[in-house]
Amino acid sequence: MIDQLLSILVATLVAGTPLVYAALGELVVERSGVLNLGVEGMMLTGAIVAFAVVAATGNVWLGTGAAMLAGMALSLVFAVLAISLQANQVAIGLALAIFGTGLSAFLGQAYVGTALVAEPSALGGLVAGLPLVGPSLARLHPLVYLSWLLFAGVWYLCRRTRAGLVLQAVGEAPAAAFAIGYPVIAIRYAATLFGGAMAGVAGAYVSVVYAALWTEGITAGRGWIGLALVVFATWRPERVMLGAYLFGGVSMLQLFAQGQGVAVPTELMTALPYLATILVLVLISRDSTLIRLNVPASLGKPFRAET
Amino acid sequence: MRLVFERRAAPSRLMAWLSPVIAVGVTLVLMLALFALAGRDPLASLQAFMLTPLESTWGIGEWLLKSAPLILIAVGLAVGFRAGVWNIGAEGQLIVGIIFGGALALKFSASGSPLLLPAIILAGAAGGAFWAAIPALLRTRFNANEILVSLMLNYVAQLWLTYLVFGPWRDPAGFNAPQSEPLGQAALFPVVLEGSRLNASVFLALAALVLGWVFLNRSYAGFQLRVIGLAEGAARYAGFSVNRAVWISLLASGAAAGLAGVGEMSGPIGQIFPTMSPGYGFAAIIVAFLGRLSAVGIAFAGLLMGLLFLSGDAAQLEFGWPASITALFQGLMLFLVVAADVFITYRIRLLPRLPRSAP
Repeated sequence: MIDQLLSILVATLVAGTPLVYAALGELVVERSGVLNLGVEGMMLTGAIVAFAVVAATGNVWLGTGAAMLAGMALSLVFAVLAISLQANQVAIGLALAIFGTGLSAFLGQAYVGTALVAEPSALGGLVAGLPLVGPSLARLHPLVYLSWLLFAGVWYLCRRTRAGLVLQAVGEAPAAAFAIGYPVIAIRYAATLFGGAMAGVAGAYVSVVYAALWTEGITAGRGWIGLALVVFATWRPERVMLGAYLFGGVSMLQLFAQGQGVAVPTELMTALPYLATILVLVLISRDSTLIRLNVPASLGKPFRAET
Repeated sequence: MRLVFERRAAPSRLMAWLSPVIAVGVTLVLMLALFALAGRDPLASLQAFMLTPLESTWGIGEWLLKSAPLILIAVGLAVGFRAGVWNIGAEGQLIVGIIFGGALALKFSASGSPLLLPAIILAGAAGGAFWAAIPALLRTRFNANEILVSLMLNYVAQLWLTYLVFGPWRDPAGFNAPQSEPLGQAALFPVVLEGSRLNASVFLALAALVLGWVFLNRSYAGFQLRVIGLAEGAARYAGFSVNRAVWISLLASGAAAGLAGVGEMSGPIGQIFPTMSPGYGFAAIIVAFLGRLSAVGIAFAGLLMGLLFLSGDAAQLEFGWPASITALFQGLMLFLVVAADVFITYRIRLLPRLPRSAP
């Protein structure tokens, strides 16, 4: 019984982790007042870059680093167009999503069907000795543990630091923040690049750790689900975690239903995370006051210093 | 010297026309560069991919076949984009159009009734509109973001079609391949250009262009949508209903996408497979932007994007390049046109350096 619960827990953590990275990154971006809809494109590009690097070197960390750089490169393009040139953020974000999808498919052509050999996790040895939960936790990839560190960092940034307040000011009232001397444009650039890097890690996790196999469009909409999670979380990091694992659990339902021999079409089970996304969006958005009070007031609106 | 980025006194009409041209030009240059990188003669490759296909009747038919669904969907999307209603679920609406139309086609194919094709067309439009009504309802009733809802429904629609084609709709005589039985003659659009596959579904796109032009440029509702997109506050003050705009936008674009779906099913494909569209629903977003959200612009942009699809197919055959090369250049083009659009309202000027002033 406990074993079963533990394996459900582990599966949920494993499936929720890419959403944690993608959504926490986008949360920081949106808190600065920038709406980057291109998460899916950045994730996919990160995924193929990481996959290619790991296939060549066998080193997951090199791959993750390369994915971060790839995500940042794409988000830099977004930032130049959306922040500096003040182009329509929705349109640029869509362009990024479409471009990233095409780019990853193009780069990944040579890798379709290639499988990676999983390397034993170094952290595994450390926690394996723990009573009861040890063996289960040892199966978790270090990137799962690092995602908790990321959460702690983002939470601390938003809730306990001056930098977090400045970020919020830039997202709520950029003109006021600028007037008292904060570099609004630079802060938005930094936040957007951070979001790009995290989307890259999320993609790397999906292709290298989660699937260890390349297929076109491997992230299967997780970038978009991450965007929805930020709304669901009303821009709060702790709720992002809750949401991410909720979705991790939903996407794992499929495996458990199959294990129990439930006669439901697999397509319906696969559709569950997307339907659940719509459901939670509806549940959270129906309270429009809640959204209005929490959404960064200048989200999606370009800022231009009047000199 | 320093570069200054400043707002123009009035939006530049010249740039509004020039920006899609610049975007397409830069895309072409990048294509040539890619051909050169692949070790091909760039100009000869471009000619082989973009111009040679247009020398034959067959090629022209293929070109128009690819352009028609793009134009059809993009006109529908432009209605919503003008009002700031972002339907990015056209791909899913196209698929549900096929599911609705396909259900009729498979059931009554053998009847040979002349009413079957009109019924399929109506069912396709209804299917697309139904799928788009979901984000419309959720947005107007529960304030749920239509971008995310319509996008999620793309995945759901694809899974629905996959389920049908692998399950109840699978052709018993198809050697277990995931495909329906071929549709009967009564369920197919007649070919209109001898020596090609071009069929009557192309008239759906033409009708959409005319209707779209009238709606966007000459109707009061079209004007209301525009005001809502430009200044929602002013629109509300004038008593224009934003909810109504959401419904009109989504139903129109959904129905258009559904029509494009049955155009594919009862047109060049003539059967139902798990994958029915090479991403027309997403490419149409780019066509809408490239065409400046106007009917005339969309006609040109759709023909251009159709050519891009056509040359993508040729590059696949010739170079063994993946189909995604088309998506790559589409994304690039959207980037470029949105970036170039910036210079409609802004300009860059070179000014002498300012003297250093005290902070």
